[in-house]
Amino acid sequence: MTINWPLEVVKAVLAAVIVFTFLAVIGAMLGVLLERKIGGWIQSRLGPKHVGRQGLLQTVADTIKLLQKEHITPHAADVAIFNTAPLIVAVAGLLDWIVIPFAPGLIVRDLNIGVLFFAAMASLTVVGILAGGFASNNKYALLGGLRSASQMISYELPLAAALIAVAMEAGTLSTVSIVEAQARQGWFVIWQFPAFVIFMIAATAEVNRVPFDLPEAESELVAGYFSEYTGMRFALFQLGEYAEMFAMAALATTLFLGGWKGPILPPLVWFFIKMYAIVFFLMWMRWTYPRLRLDQLLNLSWKLLLPAGLVWILITGYRITF
Amino acid sequence: MLLLDWLYVGVFAVVGLAMAALPLAIVWALAPRFPYPQKRLTYESGVVPFGQAWAQFNVRYYLFSLVFVIFDVEVIYLYPWAIVFQALGKFAFVEMLIFLVILLVGLAYAWRKGALEWA
Repeated sequence: MTINWPLEVVKAVLAAVIVFTFLAVIGAMLGVLLERKIGGWIQSRLGPKHVGRQGLLQTVADTIKLLQKEHITPHAADVAIFNTAPLIVAVAGLLDWIVIPFAPGLIVRDLNIGVLFFAAMASLTVVGILAGGFASNNKYALLGGLRSASQMISYELPLAAALIAVAMEAGTLSTVSIVEAQARQGWFVIWQFPAFVIFMIAATAEVNRVPFDLPEAESELVAGYFSEYTGMRFALFQLGEYAEMFAMAALATTLFLGGWKGPILPPLVWFFIKMYAIVFFLMWMRWTYPRLRLDQLLNLSWKLLLPAGLVWILITGYRITF
Repeated sequence: MLLLDWLYVGVFAVVGLAMAALPLAIVWALAPRFPYPQKRLTYESGVVPFGQAWAQFNVRYYLFSLVFVIFDVEVIYLYPWAIVFQALGKFAFVEMLIFLVILLVGLAYAWRKGALEWA
């Protein structure tokens, strides 16, 4: 089979532009609006209401405002690293989406190591966060960056354990094949329920959300690792974070909730229903739980989730082998 | 096909960087620039910053990263096994059982020695 390389490059560029725009609009803009609306609803207030119909254009207005804001680089900062950090976070958030199958055939690339690739790209974020926190030369930012690094590496292991358990059940790392396997064997949220619980907890911690939002704990660290970032650079951090959160929700949909499969409605609709259900769950948690302390956070990961994850791998292996 | 897959990954990384840099370019063209020394001071809750942030920090962070490296390498070994263990049968399972038990003993040791305590 011959491959038309220039055509493939053009297709890849188009795919990248589409996915990035999708993330900026559906992920970041709509995500922030949704978060504020749900927050308002849970706390018995209205949330954004004045820009556009029912406040629908609030985040669009915010983005336009941020585009006009001055970029302030502190004197003490390490300029080169300070400027690159938001880019790393945004790109890491984008790369996750290569292996997410939205519908049959609607996937950027069905990599044969899909799940491993996702885990690797998701953990790239920590590089950007740590770089940003360190380069700011600000005490709050440094503490936020360090906390984030320790938190993300601690929860990467339980996350990987949950992913491996799913890979064992399906016998493959390709995301499309995992969805197909669930069509045969039933949703993995049933057979792999412990893995699902571990995955959801670890994913919440990986994307630095409440109750694991220590890296950006407003009440103690101002804004954590992005305290010194203004205007659009701050927006890029936000974009990366929301892209990551939606990616985790999409991966949970793919691995545990049967992906695009579902009766009557078209596959794409099913995918988005399931993904938004998980996003809603994450936002619900944000407005419900208080923040953990750092030692509680690390204990939960190392002393509970990691041993539980490894034991669950053995149980799954035993069940399938014998 | 494999090469094609990674072409997409590479293109995504490059285009992603460009798309992320685009708003920064717009800001560069649009936004005002009036830097003065007070504005470019590091933020420290309104007071003049005291010393640098690049100083010694808690050694605990380092300990956790060391333990992490050990277990992350272990996880890398688990991925290929998870794919093929059904074909390899009971022997592969018992082997992985031994490997994991050794690692769990290692985790218990680190736990006992207090490497997982934050205090």
